[in-house]
Amino acid sequence: MNLKAIRIWLWAAVAVVVVIVGGVTAWPRLFPAPVDGFGKGDYALIDQAGNPVDQTMFVGHPSALFFGFTHCPEVCPTTLAEMASWFETLGDEGRDLKAYFVTVDPERDTAEIIGDYVSFMSDRITGVTGDPAEIAKIIKAWGVSAERVPMENGDYTMNHTASVFLVNSRGDFEGTIAYGENTDTALGKLRNLIAKS
Amino acid sequence: MIRRLSAALAAVILFASPSFAEEDATHIGNLAVSAPFTRATLPNAPVGGGYLTIENTGTEPDRLVSITSPVSNDVEVHTMTMDGDVMTMKALDGALEIPAGETVTLAPSGLHIMFMNITQPFVEGETVPVTLNFEKAGALDLELPVLGPAADGPMAGHHHHH
Repeated sequence: MNLKAIRIWLWAAVAVVVVIVGGVTAWPRLFPAPVDGFGKGDYALIDQAGNPVDQTMFVGHPSALFFGFTHCPEVCPTTLAEMASWFETLGDEGRDLKAYFVTVDPERDTAEIIGDYVSFMSDRITGVTGDPAEIAKIIKAWGVSAERVPMENGDYTMNHTASVFLVNSRGDFEGTIAYGENTDTALGKLRNLIAKS
Repeated sequence: MIRRLSAALAAVILFASPSFAEEDATHIGNLAVSAPFTRATLPNAPVGGGYLTIENTGTEPDRLVSITSPVSNDVEVHTMTMDGDVMTMKALDGALEIPAGETVTLAPSGLHIMFMNITQPFVEGETVPVTLNFEKAGALDLELPVLGPAADGPMAGHHHHH
């Protein structure tokens, strides 16, 4: 082998190394690990029974997550009714699925209040509340919109994200079910989530 | 036999439903108010929604200026709109117009009556009394039947999707 051939081979080897190193370095930036991704955060909340819960409530099983509040006249009761019907239809298929109803109005929704509210619809749905500062963290983690709207009588209502978030057993965001989405489509998404989890 | 019977029953229901609303309508002046209902409230929910259809058969517009009810000191007409996946609700500015010859529908996911700080929960099977005060037609007393917490309308036996 002459010197020229060796040189070409060396340069080729360098090129391969550059591509590998560059790829390994750039990969996490191109495809960030979900650990720091959407829906991730640290927060200390309580469930409707007063037990502490945090971000690990989404780990180990598929979850459906909804943000609402008890002073909500339509979207929240409707969504809870939908969730209850999903559990009913899925039956044994949905045994590992958990559903969370996290309040965006922690000042008014105590554990007891939210507990009665969600339990009326289904014992498969867990109400979650907590310190407003901690609720703010989970709201931020999920990019949820929750805006107080003052009313004439001095009261307030809230504009809020009305979608249900689907979370896999690793606690990663998998998709959403829109408000008023067709039941069959919603069930398809849930079955898909369960199969992936 | 059972299948034939249920087909016949379905036909009867189908046949009956279009006229149901009209027969059921309450008339005042040139207005016909039909399909009134409300939804059962969940425990601790201090608010409730009311739904109905108002048809103006006259040649003059009318306006729903206020609503009163013994179960709430604060009854308003609200709009609900979706801004992306964010639900936005607000009180209607002023009175609700009922244009001549037109029908205004207050239904879930849109325009609705909002009962605030309700004095008692709305229980399925009971009724909620309201008085609709129209500018021209006058006051109309109505009982809103309380349906399930996610009912879409008086004709739907159960929750139904579009």
